Amino acid sequence: MGKTIAEKIFDAHLVEKPFDDTFVVKLDRVFCHEITTPIAITDLEARGKDRVFDPTKIKAVIDHVTPSKDSKTAEQSKILRDWARRHNIKDFFDVGRNGVCHAIFPESGFVRPGFTLIMGDSHTCTHGAFGAFAAGVGTTDLEVGILKGVCSFKTPKTIKFELTGKLQPGVYAKDVILFVIGQIGVNGATNCVMEFSGNIIDEMSMESRMTLCNMAIEAGGTSGICYPDMVTVDYLWPHISGEYESKEAALKEFSQWKSDDDAVYEKVYKFDLSTLEPMVTFGYKPDQVKTIKEMEGTPVDQIYIGSCTNGRIEDLRIAAEVLKENKIADTVRCVLSPATPKIYKDALKEGLIDIFMEAGVCVTNPTCGACLGMSNGVLANGEVCASTTNRNFNGRMGKGGMVHLMSPASAAATAITGKITQSPLFKGAK
Amino acid sequence: MKDFSGKVLFLDRSDINTDEIIPAKYLTEITKAALKPYVLEDLKLDGFDPKKDIEGKKVIITRENFGCGSSREHAPWALEVNNIFTVVAVNFARIFRQNMYNCGMLAIDMEASIVDDMFANFAGKETLATVDTEKTTITLKAGDLEKSYAFKLEGFDKALIDSDGWVGYADMKY
Repeated sequence: MGKTIAEKIFDAHLVEKPFDDTFVVKLDRVFCHEITTPIAITDLEARGKDRVFDPTKIKAVIDHVTPSKDSKTAEQSKILRDWARRHNIKDFFDVGRNGVCHAIFPESGFVRPGFTLIMGDSHTCTHGAFGAFAAGVGTTDLEVGILKGVCSFKTPKTIKFELTGKLQPGVYAKDVILFVIGQIGVNGATNCVMEFSGNIIDEMSMESRMTLCNMAIEAGGTSGICYPDMVTVDYLWPHISGEYESKEAALKEFSQWKSDDDAVYEKVYKFDLSTLEPMVTFGYKPDQVKTIKEMEGTPVDQIYIGSCTNGRIEDLRIAAEVLKENKIADTVRCVLSPATPKIYKDALKEGLIDIFMEAGVCVTNPTCGACLGMSNGVLANGEVCASTTNRNFNGRMGKGGMVHLMSPASAAATAITGKITQSPLFKGAK
Repeated sequence: MKDFSGKVLFLDRSDINTDEIIPAKYLTEITKAALKPYVLEDLKLDGFDPKKDIEGKKVIITRENFGCGSSREHAPWALEVNNIFTVVAVNFARIFRQNMYNCGMLAIDMEASIVDDMFANFAGKETLATVDTEKTTITLKAGDLEKSYAFKLEGFDKALIDSDGWVGYADMKY
């Protein structure tokens, strides 16, 4: 009987199975940010266990509220900063060098095919785009990860998504994942790994694969996962060129992380996405999706472009293409947060920031920002936001606020009119 | 081990997410106790008043996919500091469920038909739940009506409930 990629990764990292359905696995990476880590740190201190299993495998960033907005958030940052220094955690990204965790960690080359990694953040599933097993966990799991470098998981059941066909111009990974979640529901992949394959994935950039895997958790998935290929190698090459003779050699090693043809799946979904249109959410759950066409004309108050879902350079290029030589509507404000300093600098060099500012967009520093209403860009009661983020929960971006999730192209088009609008990059379904 | 029994709060909705259990703006708190006043503040459920309805309740009975969304352990903590140590649901989001057991709290999975029966017989009434983790039964009582339901607590979940949670367990073993 063959194995899935997730099963192969678990086998390669197995410490023990204390019970039939429970795997304790070694971790290659433990990622930390300033919201969920400080309580793990103070708890370890209180238990007299202020230790870390391996400072080179722990990476930390301040990203949710940055720079600190008040005394409480300053204290959270300080706890993380002091701890990183105390334990000689060299890869700590402080204010100014920091970006959204699920963008800056992959960009820094910290994620490799076949890795296991956890973080106290549900969107950790993003990193599965590299052919890794990446799971969001709570603070206690994080604490044990920091202390012992292990984590427990149930047997990794896998749901396979074979995505084929040809995406129409103006249809993106965000539309694909909103469609998939709409098909299977917010509980459709609970306790399962969501494995994405098919020619649609093969043709996607790493940025798009990250967008796709980022929202696995919105269907309840433990991790998203894509097979590593030459696209993965190319993305990682600046970080791994010293470790492999050639790209082909790297690819050869990475290629072991692929499901066998006779692997056993919990379920297999096959979707031909040739006729997929730009999608948008309409309610308070990410599985409440419609086409943009069905929602066109819905007025909004704010547009938010950024986040661990859609704050990467590819997303900014698309938004700029739509906003170029346009102004945003007088009735709205548009907030845009490049996800990392590198993305910000690249956007500056490419002239994208000029386009945004000419259009009247407020460009902020890299941060999780408005997505969860913790720092800037919070909505007032009754306000509506067109957002490239991943959650539309009640009150997510501010008490009484409403969020419509969509792609950067749709969000940019919506900014120009002030109403949900089809992007001009989409030329219509064929 | 905690006392898992007490008065029941029925939440008749599926997909109650962690933002509803504890909104993100309170994640700047660095003690669990500070979360107490805000539990279920943003719950979208007709007729639900967090200020009134939570008082004195120790057990939540709800529908499917409880705790979906964010990984924040602040969600079980917000319940914990309100003395709610037991949640019964048809199923849970993975991270939330694991967080509950890691904290030594009970997330009890029940067949949908049994949850239906609980709602049909007890919702809207002053109901007391008695949870026995050894016999693995939960007994609901409202007035003269009393019904017992069996649940599963075994393997790793039971080990975490019986020990001092995941930190102590892992530090001892690995």
